[in-house]
Amino acid sequence: MCGIVGLHLREASLEPRLGELLAAMLGQVVERGPDSAGVAVYGDPRLTPPGRAVVSLLGVTPAEAEAALPGAVAVAADATTVVHADGDLLAAVSAALPHATVIGSGTDMAVLKGTGNPVRLAMSFGLAGVTGWQGVGHTRMATESAVTPEGAHPFSVGPGQCLVHNGSFANHATIRRELRAQGIGFDSENDSEVGARFIAHQLAQGADLEKALRLLCERFDGFYTLLVSTDDSFAVVRDAIACKPALVAETAEWVAMASEYRALDVLPGIEHARIFEPEPQEVYVWRR
Amino acid sequence: MATLIDLGERPVRELNQALHSTAATSWRVLNPRGAHAVACGVREAHTIDVEGHVGYYCAGMNQHATVTVHGNAGTGVAENMMSGTVRVRGNASQSAGATAHGGLLVIDGDASARCGISMKGADIIVGGSVGHMSAFMGQAGRLVVCGDAGDALGDSLYEARIYVRGTVKSLGADCVEKEMRNEHLTELAELLKAAERDEDPADFRRYGSARQLYHFKVDNATSY
Repeated sequence: MCGIVGLHLREASLEPRLGELLAAMLGQVVERGPDSAGVAVYGDPRLTPPGRAVVSLLGVTPAEAEAALPGAVAVAADATTVVHADGDLLAAVSAALPHATVIGSGTDMAVLKGTGNPVRLAMSFGLAGVTGWQGVGHTRMATESAVTPEGAHPFSVGPGQCLVHNGSFANHATIRRELRAQGIGFDSENDSEVGARFIAHQLAQGADLEKALRLLCERFDGFYTLLVSTDDSFAVVRDAIACKPALVAETAEWVAMASEYRALDVLPGIEHARIFEPEPQEVYVWRR
Repeated sequence: MATLIDLGERPVRELNQALHSTAATSWRVLNPRGAHAVACGVREAHTIDVEGHVGYYCAGMNQHATVTVHGNAGTGVAENMMSGTVRVRGNASQSAGATAHGGLLVIDGDASARCGISMKGADIIVGGSVGHMSAFMGQAGRLVVCGDAGDALGDSLYEARIYVRGTVKSLGADCVEKEMRNEHLTELAELLKAAERDEDPADFRRYGSARQLYHFKVDNATSY
């Protein structure tokens, strides 16, 4: 199982409602993943003030983060602490808070994760009050690794990049080994993290998002519906069998993706949306 | 006068219990909003109109009822149907009519992957196109596709018969094109009429099992 929701806004007047809409979508896929949940939000001025570096952390309290990082502001969101500061915050975090797990970094994106019921988590995140231009969410029914905040999606391993996954990769151990041999580190034994690391590696080597996802289709075996977001894009791809569900709805105001229609039905203007199922192994990318 | 049930106000379980405990009559279901298992397991000759999109397994295990979805249907619409009629005015997601033993399933729009997977006697008529692996392991019944068919149509087919008007992207293992004889034109005309469609049976091609993979033969070991 696992549930995916994502919303990419085209109409700026909807941006104040991003978190409210994402929370409503997430609430419709709770049965698909009641173990844990996570969201990534792009463009919230409280979590990601313009001009500041932003790092999302597990295993550290806001007070610890502010004490260890001079000039930083830390915001609590359930198990997650989102920190923003000037300069190279990621380097400062690894030097001053080596025990913390980085679950997201960039300038425009915050990642919030926790375990337990996704509706309770959305409240604990304060999701309904979040604003911004893009958000993705995931409800997890764990199959491949433990139920921990680290194991919850999204997996964000490159700047502003985010991956959520419904399914299971069969050959993740092989690919993890290959990536480790190239010097890439891992935070968990989770199969989806391997997908996120693979995409980040391809993007870092110069591939665009379409190419990175096509390469993933060639290299990964197993079942997957993936929603991948970056600082300017929103992308969907499914395995060749199209084992796991996916629906896309598109209007002039927004593009949305979800595991099930009922999560799209909460969106304004859904009655006029073009609704379709992504074709297997076809890469769909929408840009800001 | 149809009995109204608004799923914005009452849960699906109440709807289904009412359908299971009432003699055959007419129903209108409002605000399904993608709910799962709408009108599931009905055993009476109800007429049920669902006004909107439904989620998974709508009209699953249907017996005798006539269910019309005025919208799209999620995974497994009319799965394991035994009899009756299910009509989807919009599109259907994957595994429409899966394992259905009898009855008529009409999808006015497209159906996605695995339409009619393991069908066991139902008739399925799709006004648009079907996705990959449709009629996979189809044992009995007829699948009519007025549009195109995706990859691996009729893979590992038993005795289900398939008619396609448009193009077939590829045939699955042991599925072959067969001659369209008069009895097939007659049966196809009846099916199209039952689905209230006006396509010409002469525009369709027929596909069926080559019957080479029914039983294990060591010569076919690489084809299984």
